[in-house]
Amino acid sequence: MNSNSTIMAAEKGTSLWEDAWIKLSKNRLALVGLGLLIFLCVISLLTPWIAPYGYEKQDLLMGATPPSAEHWLGTDVFGRDMLTRIMWGGRVSLMVGFIATAVALAIGVVYGAVAGYVGGRVDAVMMRLVDILYALPFMIFIILLMVVFGRNLLLLFFAIGAVEWLTMARIVRGQVMSLRKQEFVEAAHSLGLSQWIIIRRHIIPNTLGPVIVYTTLTIPSVMLLEAFLSFLGLGIQPPQSSWGLLINYGVETMEEYPWLLIFPGIALSLTLFALNFLGDGLRDALDPRTAKD
Amino acid sequence: MKLTSIASSSTLISAIALCLVSSLLLSGCGSSESNVEAGNRTGTLHWGNGTEPQSLDPHIATGVPEHHIIKALMEGLVHKDSESLGPTPGVAESWTVSDDGTVYTFKIRDDARWSNGDVHNAHDFVWSWWRALQPALGNLYAYMYFPIVNAREYYMGEVTDFDLVGVKALDDLTLQVTLDNPTPYFLQLLDHYSMFPVHQATLEKFGAPDERGTRWTYAGNMVGNGAFKLTSWEINRAIEVERNTFYWGNDDVRLNKIIFYPTENTTTEERMFRAGQLHYTNDVPIDKVATYREANDPALRVTPYLGTYYYRVNIREPHLQDKRVRRALAMTIDREKITENVIKAGQIPAYAMTPPNTRGYYPPISLSFDPEAARQLLAEAGYPNGEGFPVTEILYNTNEGHRKVAVAIQQMWREHLNIEVKLLNQEWKVYLDSESNGDYQISRAGWIGDYVDPNNFLDMFICNGGNNRTGWCNEEYDRLVLDVAPRAKTHEERMAVFTQAEQMLLDDLPVLPIYTYTTKHLVHPSMKNVASNIMDQQSYREIYLEGDQD
Amino acid sequence: MLRFALGRLLQAIPVLLVVITMTFMLVHSAPGGPFSADKAVPEEVLEALEAQYNLDQPLWQQYISYLGDVLQGDMGPSFKYPGRSVNELILSGLGTTAELGMYAMMVAIFIGVIAGVTASMRPNTAQDYVPMTAAMIGICMPSFLLGPLLVLIFGIHLEWLPVSGWNQIPGDKILPAITLGTGYAAYIARLSRGGMLEVLSQDYIRTARAKGLSEFLIISKHALRGGLIPVVAFLGPAFAGLLGGSFVVETIYQIPGLGRFYVQAAFNRDYTMILGTTVFFATLIILFNLLSDMLAVWLNPKLRQQVRGE
Repeated sequence: MNSNSTIMAAEKGTSLWEDAWIKLSKNRLALVGLGLLIFLCVISLLTPWIAPYGYEKQDLLMGATPPSAEHWLGTDVFGRDMLTRIMWGGRVSLMVGFIATAVALAIGVVYGAVAGYVGGRVDAVMMRLVDILYALPFMIFIILLMVVFGRNLLLLFFAIGAVEWLTMARIVRGQVMSLRKQEFVEAAHSLGLSQWIIIRRHIIPNTLGPVIVYTTLTIPSVMLLEAFLSFLGLGIQPPQSSWGLLINYGVETMEEYPWLLIFPGIALSLTLFALNFLGDGLRDALDPRTAKD
Repeated sequence: MKLTSIASSSTLISAIALCLVSSLLLSGCGSSESNVEAGNRTGTLHWGNGTEPQSLDPHIATGVPEHHIIKALMEGLVHKDSESLGPTPGVAESWTVSDDGTVYTFKIRDDARWSNGDVHNAHDFVWSWWRALQPALGNLYAYMYFPIVNAREYYMGEVTDFDLVGVKALDDLTLQVTLDNPTPYFLQLLDHYSMFPVHQATLEKFGAPDERGTRWTYAGNMVGNGAFKLTSWEINRAIEVERNTFYWGNDDVRLNKIIFYPTENTTTEERMFRAGQLHYTNDVPIDKVATYREANDPALRVTPYLGTYYYRVNIREPHLQDKRVRRALAMTIDREKITENVIKAGQIPAYAMTPPNTRGYYPPISLSFDPEAARQLLAEAGYPNGEGFPVTEILYNTNEGHRKVAVAIQQMWREHLNIEVKLLNQEWKVYLDSESNGDYQISRAGWIGDYVDPNNFLDMFICNGGNNRTGWCNEEYDRLVLDVAPRAKTHEERMAVFTQAEQMLLDDLPVLPIYTYTTKHLVHPSMKNVASNIMDQQSYREIYLEGDQD
Repeated sequence: MLRFALGRLLQAIPVLLVVITMTFMLVHSAPGGPFSADKAVPEEVLEALEAQYNLDQPLWQQYISYLGDVLQGDMGPSFKYPGRSVNELILSGLGTTAELGMYAMMVAIFIGVIAGVTASMRPNTAQDYVPMTAAMIGICMPSFLLGPLLVLIFGIHLEWLPVSGWNQIPGDKILPAITLGTGYAAYIARLSRGGMLEVLSQDYIRTARAKGLSEFLIISKHALRGGLIPVVAFLGPAFAGLLGGSFVVETIYQIPGLGRFYVQAAFNRDYTMILGTTVFFATLIILFNLLSDMLAVWLNPKLRQQVRGE
């Protein structure tokens, strides 16, 4: 948001961004997505005050029960309220999803853009470095991280971000490379526009589309990756939970207690759809070509 | 095709595309006969075996899945009866024990043959046991030999002449074994694969006898002396064994073939069973046991197992040094609730280390679930109502069952003692590292007996024992387990010594016993003569399949 | 083009060297050794074992001798499976995993491209939303969930297909291929929709439309080539990822593939096996990235000039 406002301030008149906002506000689906995301975030923020039960409160004698008046989404095998656990899990999952993706986005976009724009030998070296990082055994890497730094959530974000930026970098680089040789960029060059203006005016807006699409795809996979890291001992520890972990446990008992899978699944899917609608809307809104139509 | 609507939904074109792809993959969809039906017709047993075996060399292998396969391919001097677990004839058709219980003389049956038809006699055992004690081999079960005179010394390099070790072939068919002490469980050890004989000519053909991992155990190379012989070994796919016609008891063997599947994923295994792909499963997923129980499904077999699930307490931690604290922790684990409501697979609450009725031994019981008394003990130790008690961490390796138990206990300790407990799961090897470095406070542990005797459970906790890992050390305890018990004259006297030792362990509680394990299997109704015993031993010689049962 | 490919292959040598070195260091500093076990391993046994696998030598010496072996094509013996060499194990799983990956890729491309193209033809209508919603479900449906679900439906309840195995029971390859392919199909659908939308708004398509060419011809002859560039860029790493990431599917269906070895090796601290599989996958990644870059160049005339020019 910060960069938006500076750019908006820099450019007078109806900038790309103002245009985009006007277009976005006309896209009903995107607004629904945005609303849903805000709603989920608000719920997560308020969870400590509005959750119906304690997330660790057990009733072993009751065990797993289907949805009822007392427990709207049922209870798990420990007799813990599922609604409460999904709300608390959402805090972890949304946080991991957004922060880790932001880390990946920041590294990936900058790295990819530099490689793609500078090109030549620098590009080759940078991309081979990406190849190397792709190839390293991820699991051993995570296990080592855990040993070296101990466990904390920040580390989790770092670990996930450190993995997810690679593909982002490749995508951005590809896009930037093909843009660099397009007529309008070359035209801008010949007009004597500065590098920075070319990057800002032409390169960035044109790479936003694929980046946004890939970002909406990254957030869900990050949320699921968190569950795997927790499995390796790096993530969160019981009795805390996350959507990824709840779904993992739910799969084990999907025949016996389907609600343990369905409800966390719905929570995750809702987030994804919201992100997806918003992402598509943003992409369409930011597309410079449609903007000129 | 319903398939398409799930994969990509609705658009007609994608439906057509998927049909194309599926038809490419489809190599004549589904023969109507399941594995189990075909197996019942041909005498082929389809067996879920847990994981891919590391090795089929009996002197190198260490795990249960290896055990299942090696037992089909080889046998020792004696067998364990599949019900009583008492010794029955194997390669030895009879044996005598000297009056002082230290000299065993085995009569090898004269029709014993290797699976390639070679004569099999007492010299094979002497050579095999020599081989098993070569340090370079890295035999983790070498200690099974240690009751034998000079076996430990030879293994450690203190004795270099194998002739001094207490094993002799008096003639071709007579094997004499001399022990240091009367060891009442010695015959049991002979049925452990680490004491099985191997075929000298085959081993030498593929490398040095003490070379680890030569190709002698490959299908086509391996020669054994068991009821079956190895015919195929495809890594991570299946291992097939077929009837060994040279086996002395071949006439009584009823199965023609066994296929062992590496079924790592218990959920998949259970589904394979339901789909008729397996006769027998290695395990049952923890959440499925209750379902089978409620349905009263006879396929489910749950049997107590010779193993204890417990928590180690690291008594080097300052606040866990006080035994009143450990007792308070032990007394606030509601074991009944854990077995009945959390894991629900027929486990038996354990209040001592040794499982009850281990060769007639019943451990002393001095623990009970008593939150009131526990709070008092904690107060006496300086933490009234849990105040000032440091945050304590339970370490466990990542596993659904361990997680459940830990989550329940965490809550019990919070509720009854008002103390803060954290959970910490680690990946298996990291967990092992933490535990053996003493880098934990309380950690999940389990012990499965190698043989049925209290000794196997109690000698773990001698000072600095490799499997102790708690920092607990009591010299009197060591004396009882290591010196007094082995010299006991009668069974009763020996058991009394163990009772005394275990009582010392339970007074100090460096370990918090939680439950006695059970083994869980799904067994197809066509499979007959399936044994249930505390060692989870099956005898493939006796199992048969009844075709029309399905 | 040939020079471009050769240059990249030359670059692969230092890349692989760095991968081996870094992995070697990572692996040897990870906690827990290959021989640690539940039951305490006696000191003498541990020493004998370490001596047998040269683990008693200084690390740099182990590294040098490992590098020497690898250069001769020998990845060493597996620590976990005595008697098996890493080469042998990789070879035993490679065919299976490659076959699984190919089928999965076929599933993914068929479903993905067709769904994406269909959606792009009438953006923001039902013809767009329905396949894209399905794609979204495909992405958020992880294979550890989709697999068991498919097995439950087609294996247990309908009894149409086997629940596990590979080449053991007829039809046992179908569910794994679909399970593995679906997630990728979803990505491809989204990427190809985006790419197609971009191309369809270009002038030459409008010209073609104005000429009155049929929609089918426009799509298949003119738009597809440009519209699939993002997909192609994705395919390279995706195929390598498919081979390495088939672990979950291989576990669910008990398939004897490489993915299982790769993951299990890490859990077992089977040093040589970790290194072997990593080097193997690194080579694959480099090759597939190269292939996909070459394909992208071939599909995009502008880039083609650039490559020629440089």
